[in-house]
Amino acid sequence: MRIAVIVYPGSNCDRDVHHVLTNVLKVEADLVWHTDGNLKEYDGVVLPGGFSYGDYLRAGVIAAFSPIMREVKRMAEEGKPVLGICNGFQILVESGLLPGVLMRNVGLKFVCKWVNLRVENNETLFTKRYTQGQILSMPIAHNEGRYYIDPDGLSELKKHNQIVFRYVDADGKLSERANPNGSLEAIAGVCNRRGNVLGLMPHPERASEPILSPTGATDGLEIFKSMLNLGD
Amino acid sequence: MEREKKLRLNLTEEEVESLRKALGREPNDLELAMIDAEWSEHCSYKSSKPLLKLLPTQGKHVILGPGYDAGVLDIGDGYVLTAHIESHNHPSAIDPYGGAATGVGGILRDIICMGTRPIALLDVLRFGSISVSSHSRWLFKHVVRGISDYGNCVGVPTVGGEVEFDETFERNCLVDVVCFGVGKKSDLVLAEARHVGDSIILIGGLTGRDGLHGSSFASAVLTESSEQDRSAVQIPDPFAEKMIMEATLESIGTGRVRGLKDLGGGGLSCGLSEIADKGGTGVEIELTRVPLSEEDMHPIEIMISESQERMLLVVEGGYEEEVAKIFRKYGVRYSIIGKVTDDKHVTVKKAGTVLTKIRAELLANAPIIYRRAEKPKNIESLANTPRPDEPHDLEKTLLQLLSLPNIASKQWIYEQYDHEVGLKTVIKPGQAGAAVLRLPNNKFIAVRADGNSKHCYLDPYHGAAGVFAEACRNVLAVGAKPIAMLDHLQFGDPSNPEVFWAFSESVKGIADYAKNLNIPCIGGKVSFYNEDKVSGKAIKPTPVVAVIGLADAVETLKSNRLRVGSRILILGETKPELGGSEYYEGIHGLVGGKVPKVDFEYEKRLHRCVLKIVSLGLAKSLEDLSKGGLATALAELSIKSGVGMKIDLNKVPNTCERLDEILFSETHGRFVAEANVGAEDRIKRIAASFNIPCEIIGEVEGEYLSFEKGVKKIKVQLRELEDTWRCTIPKLMGDEC
Repeated sequence: MRIAVIVYPGSNCDRDVHHVLTNVLKVEADLVWHTDGNLKEYDGVVLPGGFSYGDYLRAGVIAAFSPIMREVKRMAEEGKPVLGICNGFQILVESGLLPGVLMRNVGLKFVCKWVNLRVENNETLFTKRYTQGQILSMPIAHNEGRYYIDPDGLSELKKHNQIVFRYVDADGKLSERANPNGSLEAIAGVCNRRGNVLGLMPHPERASEPILSPTGATDGLEIFKSMLNLGD
Repeated sequence: MEREKKLRLNLTEEEVESLRKALGREPNDLELAMIDAEWSEHCSYKSSKPLLKLLPTQGKHVILGPGYDAGVLDIGDGYVLTAHIESHNHPSAIDPYGGAATGVGGILRDIICMGTRPIALLDVLRFGSISVSSHSRWLFKHVVRGISDYGNCVGVPTVGGEVEFDETFERNCLVDVVCFGVGKKSDLVLAEARHVGDSIILIGGLTGRDGLHGSSFASAVLTESSEQDRSAVQIPDPFAEKMIMEATLESIGTGRVRGLKDLGGGGLSCGLSEIADKGGTGVEIELTRVPLSEEDMHPIEIMISESQERMLLVVEGGYEEEVAKIFRKYGVRYSIIGKVTDDKHVTVKKAGTVLTKIRAELLANAPIIYRRAEKPKNIESLANTPRPDEPHDLEKTLLQLLSLPNIASKQWIYEQYDHEVGLKTVIKPGQAGAAVLRLPNNKFIAVRADGNSKHCYLDPYHGAAGVFAEACRNVLAVGAKPIAMLDHLQFGDPSNPEVFWAFSESVKGIADYAKNLNIPCIGGKVSFYNEDKVSGKAIKPTPVVAVIGLADAVETLKSNRLRVGSRILILGETKPELGGSEYYEGIHGLVGGKVPKVDFEYEKRLHRCVLKIVSLGLAKSLEDLSKGGLATALAELSIKSGVGMKIDLNKVPNTCERLDEILFSETHGRFVAEANVGAEDRIKRIAASFNIPCEIIGEVEGEYLSFEKGVKKIKVQLRELEDTWRCTIPKLMGDEC
């Protein structure tokens, strides 16, 4: 397995994802500049968090037109894993690879904190290692993470089991308090119909090493392991 | 003086005269403007230099002390840590969002231009009372947003900070930023032009009229017309900064970058003279090569503009293209504006015509001003203010204390900062007093900045030494040994002898602590003129000290959640030292009394004692006692852990006469420790061996925080404490809690 981590101008979690892949999971991964050629040699791709193009205009919207996106779309069509984290999720939504939009947080403020997520679909390429309904602990850090989709889109999402993660409280229950950005139906992550493209606002790479996790749990690492088809 | 006025100069008649003498002729307008920027207090330290010499700057880890863009520490295995502190007080008072954001931008470039990657930021903020002033709430909200938008976008985590609210900051808020960087020792670059024939390349943003006279503006008191100085505040562009950071760090990899200088205060003029003066060379530049945002800019404006996101690179002659390629990749504008010469002068040309040729050394070194210091007359009477009556309802008093914005939870602030990007933040904001970051060589640094303007107002010597001691305690509490410090000294107008007295006492207090505890100063900043002409009031003296600690492991103290059944111990003796306490000022409205004193010999023993307790793994958690005293510290521990405590105040070693004094005194040199099971006696024995008072004072249990002293009982429900502590700031800011 060889993974490409795309670097847009303004990406700032690119090196973090690369660290987890290469140093924690010991798999081959490269940082790939957004104008650099093709992704033919790669088996999967991660669009990392950050502020591509300074989030000017709207988060992710300029990066969605970046040259590398043609390659990312090709990989998605081929069924290879495409993971978008935070700004990467915004880029996937803006480029039409995932449905919905991400708007300013309901409190109109940047929010950085650890939250609880509930696994709503453990049948994607990224969530095979979780049990259905499992409660995960991961941090968020974003200004524009309020997921929204129109009623028709929402019923499509549900029909095709595309809601992957929801924000919940420690007991796994939905509540206004546990929803940190006002996302519709507390949606934290969605996938495409085929389940090989996932976008999520929380940062799994920040929950991949015990030393960085307040509880010591490394729930985020499972997403990468699952995507890489790694065993224990 | 007409000409000086027209040029909006702050130079004194004596300074202009000394310039005439040095030049042997009348300076021209461009020279006057350049000298004005460079000899401003902000750039030259002309009032503070003689006193700053008191600070020790040598130490085991120190590679580079004060005088450069950042201090440099050797952290072993070929790695260095860089650190610097800056403020953007005047700009933030006028434009809180832009002022605070560009403050972050400036300090990031200080770290980048050493050839190191910024890994963390701390913010120390001062505002007027947010409980009564909507102006202060406005400043507070937008300063935090400015820091958040800038740091988050560039991708450097803001891992901690400190904030105080006090009426004297109503019109002069303080916005200090500390930044740390990490790099390889072999990649260090200095702000020096050493090689004749090297090219000087200006990279980054366009030079424009924003930030004109910024340094001179920062070196004068704010007046009613300061609002018109908005053009002296620069416009932030964090995305441009991010590109400059990546491009600069990549360009260092070519091995052709032989000097780097961030353009901040004093703009091109300051940057050029500094690299020439430090390198022992000269520089010659051509103004038509400077990319401008407006066509009709005057040479004066070009030379002193403080437009943001610009840096100077000194590149080995003949290799300009190798470096330029990298800047093109990142879309960063660059222009070769001149070269390094051997004539020790700064030569400025426009279309080939020489506008000035002036000695670099003259520009870079302002004549020192020796200021008069005079102890304020009211200092003695303030110290002897009689103590207030003890309140009947101390339960209510405790809740009131927790609701003071200075003590209440700062979650509202730090949740707006990305404190985790970079995957280094091991101990995060709110988890402990100091933030802990992992380093590439598997060691850890603990960082913390503290200030206490209430103490420093009443007793600047012990106040400042105490600030230093507090920052050390926070670093020690996570098991790290303090190895270096940065200071930031913020005062009113230095020509006022009483202001200068407070400044000089503060420096002495910090210097004495540094010498006694063997913690060198590796950088600092002085900010004067934090006073308001309209009200005629200076801020309370605000020396801020940031301490850097180094540790081999931190795992032991990562979780500071209390466990039911644990024993609580106190280290240190509690004295009736309530002058400048939150209790006196916040509850009784009383400014006065005796400020906690620092005992250097005791501090030396305390540092060794705490490090020993931590290294032996005897404490499950440690918390320093500071603002709000023992009761506040225990309340916060309980709230964070969601479990109560039962404390016997008769067990607390003290010399107090009253209960409120034991609960709320801010005596230095104290910690509370949660002992690991069965380790209580060993902790006590170790403390005794260092001659540090230590007693078991209670146990973790139940849903109440309760204090007993004989028949007297204070008992508050945890839920009530938590609501007050957590919700004060969000509610004041109009947010939900």
